Amino acid sequence: MSTELPDSAVSPPAESGSAPTRRTFIATTTVAGGAALAGGLVAVPLPGSGEAAAAEAPHGSRVSLTVNGVRRTVTIDNRTSLLDLLREHLDLTGSKKGCNAGACGACTVLVDGRRVNSCLTLAVRLDGAEVTTIEGLAKGERLHPLQQAFIDQDAFQCGYCTPGQIMSGVACVQEGHTGSAEEIREWMSGNICRCGCYVKIVRAVEQTAGRK
Amino acid sequence: MHPFTYTKAADTREALNAGRRGGRYIAGGTTLVDLMRETVEHPGSLVDISALPLRSVTATKSGGLRIGALVTMTEAAAHPKVHALYPVVSQALELSASPQLRNMATIGGNIMQRTRCTYFRDVTAPCNKREPGSGCAALHGYNRSHAILGTTDDCVATHPSDAAVAFAALEATVHLLGPAGERTVPFADFHLKPGSTPHHEQALRPGELITAVEIPPHPRPLKSGYLKVRDRQSYEFALTSAAVALHLRHGVIREAKVAAGGVGTVPWKLPAVERELIGRRPSNALWTKAAERAADGARPLEHNRFKVELLKRTVERQLRVVGGGK
Repeated sequence: MSTELPDSAVSPPAESGSAPTRRTFIATTTVAGGAALAGGLVAVPLPGSGEAAAAEAPHGSRVSLTVNGVRRTVTIDNRTSLLDLLREHLDLTGSKKGCNAGACGACTVLVDGRRVNSCLTLAVRLDGAEVTTIEGLAKGERLHPLQQAFIDQDAFQCGYCTPGQIMSGVACVQEGHTGSAEEIREWMSGNICRCGCYVKIVRAVEQTAGRK
Repeated sequence: MHPFTYTKAADTREALNAGRRGGRYIAGGTTLVDLMRETVEHPGSLVDISALPLRSVTATKSGGLRIGALVTMTEAAAHPKVHALYPVVSQALELSASPQLRNMATIGGNIMQRTRCTYFRDVTAPCNKREPGSGCAALHGYNRSHAILGTTDDCVATHPSDAAVAFAALEATVHLLGPAGERTVPFADFHLKPGSTPHHEQALRPGELITAVEIPPHPRPLKSGYLKVRDRQSYEFALTSAAVALHLRHGVIREAKVAAGGVGTVPWKLPAVERELIGRRPSNALWTKAAERAADGARPLEHNRFKVELLKRTVERQLRVVGGGK
């Protein structure tokens, strides 16, 4: 697919060509099922083919942004959300797609240091932006204090909301909205946890805030 | 989502030129992108206005406050002047959405928010707002969250913004810039009641851009606050809400500004409540008597009758919180 990996600056998925991963399997079966979602899960081919055609196409754009400290230049369909850019084009699948409508927070990342819902952010608007995802938090083998706190406090069960919770929590601590458990709950309310780990999530944020 | 072309306007003139050619302005995008994905909205071209110089909060010569259209909800809520002079605005903003969304969404976009009516968002349902003439599925549907004030048989959808309720209470003005130049519209005239044309939602002319919301000077000290009642404690739209601002001198209410949210097809000013308050001394009896007028003209639907009483109690409680009294 011409728009899936439209630019040489984008590295191909690590396992391409070898055994299918769960994700490539899902993507393949979705296409086979005839349910290619416009601007969504599967990148839709633009008119014409190849990178040049995509760049010139009226509905595509070239964007240069920094993701976890690495400069990325991509040519994308204008409809591509930041979340889909990360997951489908840059192979950064840590950020999760929950509601895809700004109602759950699973897709939370930092853009220029501020927490945002990546599902409602059009990637085309991020030229020059700095994005930090869950993959960019740890320094080598050393976890970010909030990642460690989530382990220490056992702050997750299924783990699906966890990357969003942690990115939101990192911002919450930076913003200083950690004066009390109530304040943390309010300022973490944009992240839904269906397993109901809220009590321990608050403790993990408290633990991290206390260390600062 | 339908395909669209994208341009980022370098300055205001470029934005207006693109707007004149039918481009749709995008600021924070939290409403627009969501509705585009649902195919409720399908603009053919987006004009990114985020680079325009509309990001400041400034005191006006007359003693009011002008909030640039591109100031984010987070920035506006935390701004020292907004926080100190108009707590009702800060509180309404901080009780809205989530920290993530407030980091993205802007003041101009906030008052342009479209309704959360589930039938409006469901492209398979009839909706006069989305598809004029198709009918209103909410009128006899599941209408628990819908409006009780300002409705017609053509539309019963609420306006979802909290900040707009505070701006309505404070009698703000909306600053606009269009192909024909600048103009201002009183907040009360900015949002259009549905009547028989619910698809016309704002008094904007083609290509016009919101540049700021201005709060006029009010006598000080002005005590104010916002109360929001909802199905869960946070991150939810209002069932009912009340914005209250009071100025007292020598123990007498000299100015009263009151509006309600979650109940009207537009941010709902409550002049009858205000009139009950002016010239009187704070007391629980006064709050009760004034709040009795909050639901004047209400036209409840099958599933939202509770809103009539809830609205009165919301207004009464917030009058007491702001005005004190025994």
